[in-house]
Amino acid sequence: MISLAHFIVLGAVLFCIAVAGIFINRKNVIVLLMAIELMLLAVNTNFIAFSRFFGDVSGQVFVFFILTVAAAESAIGLAILTLLFRNRRTINVAEFDDLRG
Amino acid sequence: MSIELLAFYFFAFFAVLGALLVISLRNPVHAVLSLVLTFFSMASIWMLLRAEFLALVLIVVYVGAVMVLFLFVVMMLDIKVAAAREGFIRYLPVGIGVAAVMLAEMVALLGVRAMHVAPPPSAAVMGGQANVVWIGRALYTEYLLPFELAAMILTVGIVAAVALTLRRRPGVRHQDAARQVAVSAHERVRLVSMPAERGGNGAQP
Repeated sequence: MISLAHFIVLGAVLFCIAVAGIFINRKNVIVLLMAIELMLLAVNTNFIAFSRFFGDVSGQVFVFFILTVAAAESAIGLAILTLLFRNRRTINVAEFDDLRG
Repeated sequence: MSIELLAFYFFAFFAVLGALLVISLRNPVHAVLSLVLTFFSMASIWMLLRAEFLALVLIVVYVGAVMVLFLFVVMMLDIKVAAAREGFIRYLPVGIGVAAVMLAEMVALLGVRAMHVAPPPSAAVMGGQANVVWIGRALYTEYLLPFELAAMILTVGIVAAVALTLRRRPGVRHQDAARQVAVSAHERVRLVSMPAERGGNGAQP
């Protein structure tokens, strides 16, 4: 029998894979952006699963808004990425240290 | 084991496989393509949850638009794959350790054992309506203002993306169509009144 736990655990697994991806790929901004997309996907899955099992439409509406914001976010992120690459000729995160953070 | 559960394990396997490939593949183009595989599998899982509208939006918007944007950017940038891989082995144990601890904490904290509940029949949940009707009614009544704000966010996103990547190159000669259209006759032709020449020797006719 398929239950709520299946979907929640799947979302948790995807989220943790994305966290591991952020830890592992310290050099590549594109993979970092993709890991963030993966995290959003995991969170959306949780929202939809709870919406289905509790019978509340708000979860699915929230997923709709998260998808909208994520699309805008990735468009601006990729624009910043092309700008960085145009000025610095690299996408290595370690070399973006102008702010001395 | 029901057919639904079999389908869930099938799609979940490919979603997790795609996610693992995303963070471990050497070539960014391949990583983007495996992210597409993950999105497709998760869209199928959303179908299992009877969220047809959002599953199709995920495929159309994410696979169709956002991932293609990623592919464009990855192919446009000339990335040196070897340089982008430095420190992969060094950070691998830390990454796996943090992810494993986090997963264990999440599963323990969420109380997954208490969540072994069967889904309610979907007709009862959505009040006998189709999924699109269900979402649409909420979106255009209760959530109308956030819906309009989402449209504003997308507009701002477009303007920001264009403004960031627009390149002004000084010293390039090109026509300014707006000035050409807005020009008036007296800027082009200047009528001057001059006194006629007096006759003299050697004067031109």
